[in-house]
Amino acid sequence: MVGIITYGAYIPRNRVKTEEIARVWGANGAEIAAGLGVKEKSVPDLDEDTITMSVEAARYALARRDIPRDAIGAIYVGSESHPYAVKPSAATVGEAIGATPVMTAADFEFACKAGTAGIQTCMGMVKSGMIKYGCAVGADTAQGAPGDALEYTASAGGAAIFIGEDNPIAEINHTCSFTTDTPDFWRREGQTYPSHSGRFSGDPAYFKHVQGAAHLMLEQMGTEPSDYDYAIFHQPNAKFPRRVSGMLGFTAEQIGPGLVVPRLGNTYSGAVPVGISATLDVAKPGDRIFVTSYGSGAGSDAFDITVTDAIESDLFNRSAAPTVEELLADGKYLDYALYAKHKGKIVMQ
Amino acid sequence: MSVPRYWRKQQNRYNLKGNRCETCGRYFFPPRVLCPECRRDGKIVDYEFSGNGTVRTFSIIRTASDDYDLQTPYPLAIIELEEGTCMTAQVICEPDEIAIGMPVKRVFRKIISEGDGGVIVYGTKFVPA
Repeated sequence: MVGIITYGAYIPRNRVKTEEIARVWGANGAEIAAGLGVKEKSVPDLDEDTITMSVEAARYALARRDIPRDAIGAIYVGSESHPYAVKPSAATVGEAIGATPVMTAADFEFACKAGTAGIQTCMGMVKSGMIKYGCAVGADTAQGAPGDALEYTASAGGAAIFIGEDNPIAEINHTCSFTTDTPDFWRREGQTYPSHSGRFSGDPAYFKHVQGAAHLMLEQMGTEPSDYDYAIFHQPNAKFPRRVSGMLGFTAEQIGPGLVVPRLGNTYSGAVPVGISATLDVAKPGDRIFVTSYGSGAGSDAFDITVTDAIESDLFNRSAAPTVEELLADGKYLDYALYAKHKGKIVMQ
Repeated sequence: MSVPRYWRKQQNRYNLKGNRCETCGRYFFPPRVLCPECRRDGKIVDYEFSGNGTVRTFSIIRTASDDYDLQTPYPLAIIELEEGTCMTAQVICEPDEIAIGMPVKRVFRKIISEGDGGVIVYGTKFVPA
């Protein structure tokens, strides 16, 4: 069955605390941190972007399982922050992991769910026999305008998920999606920062689509939330996934390992792939994982995953790359001035 | 840097692709067309370096060219790769963290971004291992 062959996550070392951002804008940092459930977020280094993070995540995945590079037939990088408007991030990732030239590649964009759209595309290509392995990356150096609510959460990071049928460490039992034209968040061509519709991002956008895809999955699989050991939901903040998981009937214990946003922030396209990585870091053979991403604009992709014995076999070396927990623990704190410099928010002559 | 010049060295920069002489066992980075020891008796073959090494020596750059000005102060080091050859590269750490003999490993980073409209050059830098 088609499934996850290997995975790797990458998170930059730099961090800024929610309270430090609030201090600059004269806001109540403790209140904002508690309201969003986000204490701090990651910040890319001056020489990091979506391409460098994607390469690091893919290399970590390949450190865990050394699959033949010429058998990687597709690479898709999902992001809202591709460094080039025209020139594929995926081609650089392919070159840097030695998968070129006999492969197809493209960059995906669907707000925060472009990474899971890449997983679905790779699944289809593997199942149809077009390719042996496909690599789906979700990564972002997320943008949020200074002073905007998004600035408290927009962070940096990503994960690479390799898909194949050859002894997967986790089988993907099913996937389904729920998509409508809902303008809750957008960024026009040439604009530096995204715009959003405030509270409109909640009920008709995030909650409607996440619940739509999740209900569809439970219905099509004939399962209940209690059938799953873990659940991962898109996490623009900690409040939304906690609320939607409760509405669907999942417990705080089920979403625990995959809820990385309190210490990472919102990595946009990276959010769910990093959540999957954090869950696979602790999962055991037989564990069943429920996943629902969300991308503004708007849509959700749901996945039903079962971890296999291969995750603890000689085929796979989980400790050959850092866990999400280890990456989160390795932080270096910046003040707002250094954060602004790192994010290119200072206008230079 | 012109685009063709950057592109020709891409595999060296991205994946530390060098070569070695099978006759005497010496490694070369950047790659050489001829072994300086064995000359015409040498047999040069491609080799991808592991990216693990140690700091042979370093300097802290405090005054840099415009492309690197935002990153100052930063350490620039001669890295002795575990295969034995050396290369010059930036080490991503605080100036007071770096030391001679420090183990390092390769990472993929931006080397130069040519303004807002130019090409972005990627390549290998190092971090403490």
